[in-house]
Amino acid sequence: MDTFLGFDAVMLARMQFGFTVAFHFIFPAISIGLASFLAVLNGLYLWTKNEAYLRLFKYWLKIFAISFAMGVVSGIVMSYQFGTNWSVFSDIAGPVIGPLMAYEVLTAFFLEAGFLGIMIFGRDKVGPGLHMFACLMVAVGTAISATWILSVNSWMQTPQGFSIAENGQFVPEDWWAIIFNPSFPYRLAHTLTAAYLTTAFIVGGVGAWHLLRGRRENPGVRTMFSMAMWMAALVAPLQIFLGDMHGINTLEHQPAKVMAMEGHFESHEAGAPLILFGIPDQDAGEMRYSIEIPKLSSLILKHDLNAPLAGLDTIPDDEEPPVAVVFWSFRVMVGLGFAMLGIGLWSLWARFRGRLYDNRWLHRTAVAMGPSGLVAVIAGWITTEVGRQPYVVYGALRTAEAHSPLAASAVGVSLIAFVVIYFVIFGAGVAYILKLMRHAPALGERGVRVEPGPIRTTGITPQQQLREDGHDMAKEGA
Amino acid sequence: MFASIDLTVAWALLLAFAVFVYVVLDGFDLGIGILYPFFRKKEDRDIMMNSVAPVWDGNETWLVLGGGGLFAAFPMAYAILMPAVYPPIIAMLLALIFRGVAFEYRWRANSWMSKKSWDAAFIGGSVSAALCQGIILGAFLQGIEVEGRAYAGGWWDWLTPFTLICGLSVVAGYGFLGACWLNMKLEGEIQHRVRLMARGFFVATLVGVVAVSIATYLLQVGLAVRWFAWPQVLLTGPVPVLLALIALALSRSLFVEGRDRMPFLLGLALFALCFLGLGLSVWPYAIPPEVTIWDAAAPAKSQLFMFVGAIVLVPIILAYTGYAYWVFRGKLDPNKGYH
Repeated sequence: MDTFLGFDAVMLARMQFGFTVAFHFIFPAISIGLASFLAVLNGLYLWTKNEAYLRLFKYWLKIFAISFAMGVVSGIVMSYQFGTNWSVFSDIAGPVIGPLMAYEVLTAFFLEAGFLGIMIFGRDKVGPGLHMFACLMVAVGTAISATWILSVNSWMQTPQGFSIAENGQFVPEDWWAIIFNPSFPYRLAHTLTAAYLTTAFIVGGVGAWHLLRGRRENPGVRTMFSMAMWMAALVAPLQIFLGDMHGINTLEHQPAKVMAMEGHFESHEAGAPLILFGIPDQDAGEMRYSIEIPKLSSLILKHDLNAPLAGLDTIPDDEEPPVAVVFWSFRVMVGLGFAMLGIGLWSLWARFRGRLYDNRWLHRTAVAMGPSGLVAVIAGWITTEVGRQPYVVYGALRTAEAHSPLAASAVGVSLIAFVVIYFVIFGAGVAYILKLMRHAPALGERGVRVEPGPIRTTGITPQQQLREDGHDMAKEGA
Repeated sequence: MFASIDLTVAWALLLAFAVFVYVVLDGFDLGIGILYPFFRKKEDRDIMMNSVAPVWDGNETWLVLGGGGLFAAFPMAYAILMPAVYPPIIAMLLALIFRGVAFEYRWRANSWMSKKSWDAAFIGGSVSAALCQGIILGAFLQGIEVEGRAYAGGWWDWLTPFTLICGLSVVAGYGFLGACWLNMKLEGEIQHRVRLMARGFFVATLVGVVAVSIATYLLQVGLAVRWFAWPQVLLTGPVPVLLALIALALSRSLFVEGRDRMPFLLGLALFALCFLGLGLSVWPYAIPPEVTIWDAAAPAKSQLFMFVGAIVLVPIILAYTGYAYWVFRGKLDPNKGYH
């Protein structure tokens, strides 16, 4: 068999897709949340004229610009990955998912890209009203984008509304059924909320770091930490609730995935235990060294302690997803979700006691939890995608039959190129973002860079520049 | 059936339009990276990059529409083309990553070394992306081997002298567009130098156009023969004539008059005619020399569903994209836009 470093072409193509999409996913997860955060900050500034909001807007805008650029370039890769590595899938499923992705480009990508320039460079050129509008369009664009792509992904998980033509292609029959497929509403709500939580913890982590450095008098620092902790306290419980609903929906449509998540190799007649930890052994079909809570899994999934739950013993071997990956990634996600809830509650308590800006252990924990959303998002993504295996379109097209007619070495070499270049490029991007985060938002925080503008009469230029730099303070004074 | 035929043609035209918009828009901003090596001063490079900073990601979105649209409207063509040009596609994507992040990283780097490396990434990324796009175009024109619904050719089919000529021509053409753009956006001493570059790249572009045309004919590449058949010649005949007229007008405005906006506009017209010429050579094939647009078309339901949206949304997109360009119109001030 044609292999490269011991992997066949399908496995390499899966690794390449998984790697590029996981890397890409980090940036939209940040952009979706940050775009809304920025729109809120700008709106609050226009409304209250409180300089702290403008300061925060400019501060996070610089980070947003870098993150957005990384999202754009890693996203262009994704729009071609389908064809390069999964050409059979593209040919067969293209008639159904292609139009949804085309709608994503037409309704979201252009909107974001078109107004991003104005959002970043255009405040002085278009005036506050139109600038606010541009901020809103970017925020709305990120959410629309998520909606379409999650509809596509959900359709691949719970496909419906199509027929199969003679040439093997999937033919759309009912667009409403395709777009609003059974897992879509749950996945959309769960993923969007995840993006907002991710951003909240990043913002909170940065705020906490500056609080630990003794910058509690900086109104920007206080405001960002407080806003982030409100988000954590309010959204983390909501997210756990949404996650539960999503899980129940998955149980209905993709039971094998839930069995792998739960690590249930065996069926349980009366009440299945919740396996907290264990070492899954898929070949033997059993969970080793497991720590279990009796009947809790049935309570969570069926809301009934004694409800029967089927296990992987009811699924043919060639229909089972890889259990260990799904089992572990699921635990990482859920563990982080509850840790986020814990921080949210802790911050409420600290706020109630009037110690939100003084509780150093809360701040330390918040710094440590800064990247937790990103890890949870990737872990959740792995759970749902690996849990869909061995299918690429669940029940309708197997992954092993969907890849391109490529030599393993071609896919392998390009995979190595992607890995090396992504780590260099995005490593540098993360370093620049961290560098920006190291400075506290300052009075008269500068924008991304002073924008290129039309030439003004030479004599006035210095004054123009002066006005530019003193802009915020002048506004504050007025 | 009738409706599906019409839709397929409509989609072919719409995609051709998206690719054309991509080529000219990202053409001039990739062109700026191609021109970077000729401008060594930091101040010059700053202002050159700033001239496209607010619009570059909008420009690249047209590439996503091109890829996504092909996937949606002609999934079989997408599924054949991507594996056929796998190495240059992957190389192009990676090149676009390098130059895309350079827009942001260049301003964040504070050591001399890292600034230099992001400049190099911007140059290397822009040149390679342009070269790969030309090679992909060449591979498409020279024809792709197909069996059933899949690519059946070899690994290196895309690499021939012909595709390399196409690649270099696209680099020259993008450099030319970039120089025309800067000629419009800058003034003073740097504009003078930009105009000199525009002249050089203009000549190189013309050489490229002629070379690709001759090579297409000599190699009997693709479907070039049809250019001279009756009655197609009625349609194809005017293209070279118009091309020659535009080239004349361009030389006049670049070499004699030294105009600001005219070279860029004529440059767009030059690209439009070349694009039209290529379109006429390829029509009606989605993958020359065998797969027609009707062979590769998605089911009518897919095309119709998207078409309804595209008809409404594309004009809106053009309107707000135009607005974004309007906001950042006019000459750049070298005293602003510095860090």
